[in-house]
Amino acid sequence: MERLEEKLKILADAAKYDVSCSSSGSKRKNTGGIGDASYSGICHTYTEDGRCVSLLKILLTNHCIYDCAFCVSRRSNDIQRAAFTVEEVVQLTMNFYRRNYIEGLFLSSGIFKNADYTMERLLRIAKKLRTEERYNGYIHLKTIPGASEELIQQAGLYVDRMSINLELPTDAGLKLVAPEKDHDSVRKPLAFVNDKLKQYKNEKKSLKHIPSFVPAGQSTQMVIGATPENDYEIMQVADDFYTNYNLKRVYYSGYIPIANTDSLLPQIGTKPPLVRENRLYQTDWLMRFYGFKIHEILNPEFQNLDLEIDPKLSWALRHPHLFPIDINTADYWTIIRIPGVGRQSAMKIIQARKFGKLREYQLKKMGIAYNRARHFMICADSLITLGDIKMDNVRRHILQGTLHNQSSVTQLSLF
Amino acid sequence: MIYSYDGSYQGLLTAVFTAFEYKEYNVKLALDSELQGALFDQIKHISSDSTKSNRVYQGLYKILPQNKAMDFWRAFLSEDPEIRQTIFELIIKSFKNDISILQNYGDERVLRFHQALRKVNRERHRMKAFVRFQKDNNGMYVSIVEPDFNVLPLIISFFKNRYADQPWLIYDNKRQYGILYDLHTVTEVTITKEQSKALQHPGQHIEVDATDSLYTKLWQSYFKSTNIEARKNLKLHLQHVPKRYWKYLPEKLDKD
Repeated sequence: MERLEEKLKILADAAKYDVSCSSSGSKRKNTGGIGDASYSGICHTYTEDGRCVSLLKILLTNHCIYDCAFCVSRRSNDIQRAAFTVEEVVQLTMNFYRRNYIEGLFLSSGIFKNADYTMERLLRIAKKLRTEERYNGYIHLKTIPGASEELIQQAGLYVDRMSINLELPTDAGLKLVAPEKDHDSVRKPLAFVNDKLKQYKNEKKSLKHIPSFVPAGQSTQMVIGATPENDYEIMQVADDFYTNYNLKRVYYSGYIPIANTDSLLPQIGTKPPLVRENRLYQTDWLMRFYGFKIHEILNPEFQNLDLEIDPKLSWALRHPHLFPIDINTADYWTIIRIPGVGRQSAMKIIQARKFGKLREYQLKKMGIAYNRARHFMICADSLITLGDIKMDNVRRHILQGTLHNQSSVTQLSLF
Repeated sequence: MIYSYDGSYQGLLTAVFTAFEYKEYNVKLALDSELQGALFDQIKHISSDSTKSNRVYQGLYKILPQNKAMDFWRAFLSEDPEIRQTIFELIIKSFKNDISILQNYGDERVLRFHQALRKVNRERHRMKAFVRFQKDNNGMYVSIVEPDFNVLPLIISFFKNRYADQPWLIYDNKRQYGILYDLHTVTEVTITKEQSKALQHPGQHIEVDATDSLYTKLWQSYFKSTNIEARKNLKLHLQHVPKRYWKYLPEKLDKD
């Protein structure tokens, strides 16, 4: 049992750079056994880095035939190696789940022997959980690039989500640090699962007893800051994958330097680009939920996100002619473009204004970031400012408001 | 006019019934216990009446979708006296004028109501996340919690559906009652003072199953191994896992 703890330490540590921990998107019900899926997902705890712990995220093994410079488990790296047995993973998952520690299992693996050999073992674990343990909790399984379509399709019938990581945003970047890999080997299985997903969905319409196939869809991950791609390139890739492969999520993972001899990569001691990562996620949200098109936020003239302010505010400052927006008449999709107003607040505004024109004091209490939003909207009693809004002033104002405690505020020139 | 009642939801609905019966809409609610011995002729004592409260309850279901009708009860579980008054007033308003009153976010009472509702729903979600079972030597999965609000009634169906094949007990140590599942139904249980004192130190007093400490330990080491030191952000950590929940979370009790 000592050995099991040792293995868990090694294989959890090796799996943690996969940032996805989402347990959402599945409606799997408990059918006479244990467990079900919570559609919105549940974070059972948070690590000291503030990340959600929803799933037991482990590698089956960290033995790997590949030698990707950015990866801790690469074959040339001198680290402790370990491998779980199928039974060990099943027991860990069941015992953690029964104690309400987790929503389910996130299982990935280094490639040992070959792709099919690895995929076959991952599949065996998923199958055993579903059929022998009668487990209906969440399962997120990595698709192993290069594995046979037959194995991938079978796995899809037992799991809730599948994912394959792009690793680096562009093929050129990938070639630099992982010459044995390419994006095509990621695109192919993603496309295959996506086609199957559509097929099962269609059949489900006409036939009742079609099993669900990857009900929570697919996702992928890109490492940010290891190679020189700019934000425009990164988001173009994300947009491509959302559009053409119907991905549920694209994850952006700020590169955390690990011991390596590759001089191309940032070295140990370099801070992970956490702010940049956050800005990319904000952009991702604007594209998926706020009706923004990628070229509105990033384009050949504006290739990198502003680290000081969020991308919606940055967009608004670049488009002064679209503001201020009258919250008493504008539609939902216009209101959510106001910096500081989220989707929930926008809905509240739409509902509340049916009872009478909304005034500033009411808006202040609705849960919006009023100090940011006020520059971009007018209420029933707002004073009308004549002429254009001076966006430089607005930016300075907002930055001062958010950073007033910090001494290092960069003053912007007032011309 | 002051209505004094027992503080239960049934009592509050009875008060609503009474308000309509006597056309008294400008009413302040007070608890029986607060007004004991007070001699005001403006006080009407409301005794909880299941027939009357049921009529109000059914009435709400008639004018509102089920989920919205339940919201009054959910907000009530926040145990906040001010919110009870707000709920009372909003139920009366819903019956009198228009059910859409609940969407008037420009109205302060409506906002307060939704804030309370949000707090209760968040606590309910937290309990789904933070309940930690220990398996005792009878095979019963036991958990002790101290939620900010009285949310156990709101998590019954979640735990019953999910952990259908194992008996479990979730005990609210603050409010001194628990919910017990015996593989068939969920019942409310209370335990003696001594028993509940013992629960203050879980692990020492629950006779745990032999393998239980092993999995607690494995969970603690998993929790540590999955953390990324270079991304340390204790502020965010504390925001998501406030300290008051730590004493029942094994991953936060690990000393080494």
